[in-house]
Amino acid sequence: MNRPPNPAPPDSAKSFRSERFDFASFFFTGLTGFATLLIVAILAVILLNIVVQGWESLSWRFISTIPKDNFFDPASTGVLPMIVGTTGRVFVMTIFVLPVGVITAIYLTEYAPSTSPLTRFIRAAVNNLAGVPSIVFGLFGLGFFINFVGRNLDALLDSPGPTWGQPAILWASLTLAVMTLPVVIVATEESLRAIPPGLREASLALGATKLQTILRVVLPQALPGIMTGGILAVSRAAGEVAPILFTGVAYYMANLPSKLTDQFMDLGYHVYVLSTQSPNIEQTRPILYATVLVLLMLTFALNFTAILIRARMRKKLRALG
Amino acid sequence: MPAAPLKNVTVSAPDGPDDSAKETLIEVRDLSLYYGATRALTQITLPICPRLVTAFIGPSGCGKSTLLRCFNRMNDLIDNVRIEGAVRISGYDIYSRDVDVIELRKRVGMVFQKSNPFPKSVYENIAYGLRLQGHRNRADLDQIVEQSLRSAALWDEVKDRLHSSALGLSGGQQQRLCIARAIAIKPEIILMDEPASALDPIATARIEDLILDLKKQFTIVIVTHNMQQAARISDYTAFFYLGQLVEHDRTRKIFTNPTQKQTEDYVTGRFG
Amino acid sequence: MGIQRGHRARPLEWLAERVIFTISLSAIMLILLIFIFVGREALPIFLGRMDSALIQETIPPERMNELDPEELRVYLDLSPRQFAGMDRDTLQMLMEVRQEALEEIPPEQLNDPDAHANTTAWRYLLFPHQWSDYDRPRYIWQPIGNIHKYNIVPLIVGSLKTTLIGLFFAVPISVGAAIYVSQLARPRVREIAKPTIELLSGIPSVVVGFFALLVMASVFQAVFQYETRLNAFVAGIALGFAVIPVVFSIAEDALTSVPRSYTQGALALGSSKWQAAWHIVLPAALPGVFAAVVLGFGRAIGETMIVLMVCSASVMSWSIFDSARSITTTIAAEMAEAVAGGHHYRMLFMLGAVLFAVTFVANLVGDIVIHRLKRKLEGRS
Ligand SMILES: Nc1ncnc2c1ncn2[C@@H]1O[C@H](COP(=O)(O)OP(=O)(O)OP(=O)(O)O)[C@@H](O)[C@H]1O
Ligand SMILES: [Mg+2]
Repeated sequence: MNRPPNPAPPDSAKSFRSERFDFASFFFTGLTGFATLLIVAILAVILLNIVVQGWESLSWRFISTIPKDNFFDPASTGVLPMIVGTTGRVFVMTIFVLPVGVITAIYLTEYAPSTSPLTRFIRAAVNNLAGVPSIVFGLFGLGFFINFVGRNLDALLDSPGPTWGQPAILWASLTLAVMTLPVVIVATEESLRAIPPGLREASLALGATKLQTILRVVLPQALPGIMTGGILAVSRAAGEVAPILFTGVAYYMANLPSKLTDQFMDLGYHVYVLSTQSPNIEQTRPILYATVLVLLMLTFALNFTAILIRARMRKKLRALG
Repeated sequence: MPAAPLKNVTVSAPDGPDDSAKETLIEVRDLSLYYGATRALTQITLPICPRLVTAFIGPSGCGKSTLLRCFNRMNDLIDNVRIEGAVRISGYDIYSRDVDVIELRKRVGMVFQKSNPFPKSVYENIAYGLRLQGHRNRADLDQIVEQSLRSAALWDEVKDRLHSSALGLSGGQQQRLCIARAIAIKPEIILMDEPASALDPIATARIEDLILDLKKQFTIVIVTHNMQQAARISDYTAFFYLGQLVEHDRTRKIFTNPTQKQTEDYVTGRFG
Repeated sequence: MGIQRGHRARPLEWLAERVIFTISLSAIMLILLIFIFVGREALPIFLGRMDSALIQETIPPERMNELDPEELRVYLDLSPRQFAGMDRDTLQMLMEVRQEALEEIPPEQLNDPDAHANTTAWRYLLFPHQWSDYDRPRYIWQPIGNIHKYNIVPLIVGSLKTTLIGLFFAVPISVGAAIYVSQLARPRVREIAKPTIELLSGIPSVVVGFFALLVMASVFQAVFQYETRLNAFVAGIALGFAVIPVVFSIAEDALTSVPRSYTQGALALGSSKWQAAWHIVLPAALPGVFAAVVLGFGRAIGETMIVLMVCSASVMSWSIFDSARSITTTIAAEMAEAVAGGHHYRMLFMLGAVLFAVTFVANLVGDIVIHRLKRKLEGRS
């Protein structure tokens, strides 16, 4: 584009060679390539640092131990309650968010009048909620679930002390469920909309009812997409700390949580505690790295299982038994 | 579950195209249809006879598909559609309030322009409609699937791959599968919206043979852009223009001696 | 002819559809509730109904009979329901408690003008105030002690400071990488680079915060030789790590959605890949890049754990090498100490509501811009 018009080429072989070196292209391609490399390098440095240092102090004992009161002591501490707490809250959250999110998405795409302003408003609200800071969801959990629902439940059930109206694994999970609801709804809606309308018509023209069409034709097709939404939700929730700060996490608990109204310890929060409250950071460093590694492995493992399930389903859909 | 024979219909032996005293099966009376504010069909009145092939022809956008979709109420799926007038099947107004569209669609099957097999196996595609009707017995299912595939002239080609994906079939095979799927539930009427428009001449010929064969059992209404096709397979032809029915008569008459100038121009290709 | 069974023919189906409707309605209500509940807890601040003054007007308990019930209820700050559930003695006792609270205030503070100030009033929140133990008007957030100082300007400055550093770091890198991956890279490279970069968003922010605190802070201090080890600069760069995947994937998406025919047209005219990307594709996708930055801003300003771990001292300073305390950090660090329903609690909810509004607007703007762009590109191609 910016090249000067070629002077009449002396011989045709030469005319296909570049007249002058295109420095700008070379430079900027290099620069943007470098930016890409830089990001990959940042990722690699973080992961390598954690894996290398964390691996040294990671042991079966560390994973399977419930720490006595001083969890800053590298010799006696462990992360079993945190692993239980984190998986537990993610599990409870999934039980709530998956069915509700999928059903809501089904309603929005298959039943709600697609052109009505109300539907459009709801869709916009759902979309935008996905970007609201997680700490705001924490506030919502505190204001709504604990101080409103919980306290009213206590009053209603005549609990002796605050039973429901205090932080608990249930409220933390529900808060996370509300936080990830938009993720699940958006992903499900997208995969529902990607299904050609012809398939629905074919089913309806054969005399299937709307519900039969949804259950037997639409949902099986959308399943991989819905799983993706689930993965996104789970992996986002597993590492989140801000929304559970005031809704259920405990600094220390001697026992594993046994009821939904118990508080719980959490891997992410424990990383925060170890790195900011330690009396001697040099001494805590190894267990801190190990805890981070466990958290990373857990999030990546959750991700990975879900990706596997999804790949399986894709294959099954393609091969069809 | 064979469908009960329609009431009010004298089932006579199929007559040749020259028969003029046939009972009507689908009766369209003063039908107008609006998409929002725009009118797509204007006061259509048209009788359709049982066990014959009726072809709808006309330039693109004239409302053929729209009318066809009125017969099994697929237009219900589109927002803002308003209908005036009546469509009666066997004398029964299908737009009256107590009609169950699900039941209606079981009796009025449809084949779409773009073949739309489910992403399931060949077998499951056909069994789908049967299962909806409560067929559970495997032997029954096997038998009906085979019979439908034979009727759709597809059996020989797919009998060894019944349980592999229908999406692996060729375009023509997929379309015949959709026909097999439609006839498996034994409807009385089959609506076909340009069923051969995406196919090569050989596949088209097979589908045409199939239609001639199916007309012994079913009433067929077909939309087509192919004049030769309409002439070859249909007994009656209706020509539409801008949402209006211009002429409806025996196919031979439409193609040899139409009453309207517009029709003549269109079938001879001088339309402009 | 058997088609005239009514719509009551399938009761199960009908029931199932009711259930779907009910569940969706509750989910949607819950989503709308978020707007309401965060706002509700903050409402007294917005309406100026909260009084945080240390010295409140007190009425001697003996004069209880002179007050009519409504006056008494307002004076004791009770809800109608609580009020209805209390007998005379309880009310009397509450009045005495109120009186005693006044008597417990140290005598030297009784004459302090600040002790009479309602520090949740807007002018204390937004403008500098000369507190009695300071020599000049200052912006101070200090919700401890007898007189809670609630000036929110330092928090806003803290949030903006870290966010802007994060964006200055992340945006050029992410957009550059997006151009490279979507336009210049070979397909093989593209297929590896894209998921790898997106993997960055899978790292929990508490892990990024940990990394910034333990590794980056020391390395940066050694390199840049500044005084405070934990400062807004470290926090900002760490925030950038969290922003990169957001900006990258949105910008990459926008660049990719520019029709291939544009690029091919330019290449056919003899331009290089870079020239096609720079002169043709980037201008066409510019609104998308803008949206990416706006959404990245929303992500950065709402991030809690990274800033909380790296720096949290509340100082009013624009220097990037000083500490900073953001809005999110403040909420996270102080909510545990705040009494539910008290002024500190409501102030924190007020901050949350402001944050909510800011991010919501940012998301909305970003969303609309992307929508428009996609429609334009699709319409033209
Ligand atoms: N869902 C819809 N919403 C609004 N208008 C529609 C809709 N479907 C069809 N129309 C309009 O109704 C008219 C008739 O459409 P129809 O699909 O019936 O035409 P057709 O005769 O089948 O054309 P073709 O031969 O191209 O298939 C057209 O003008 C079309 O634009
Ligand atoms: Mg059509």
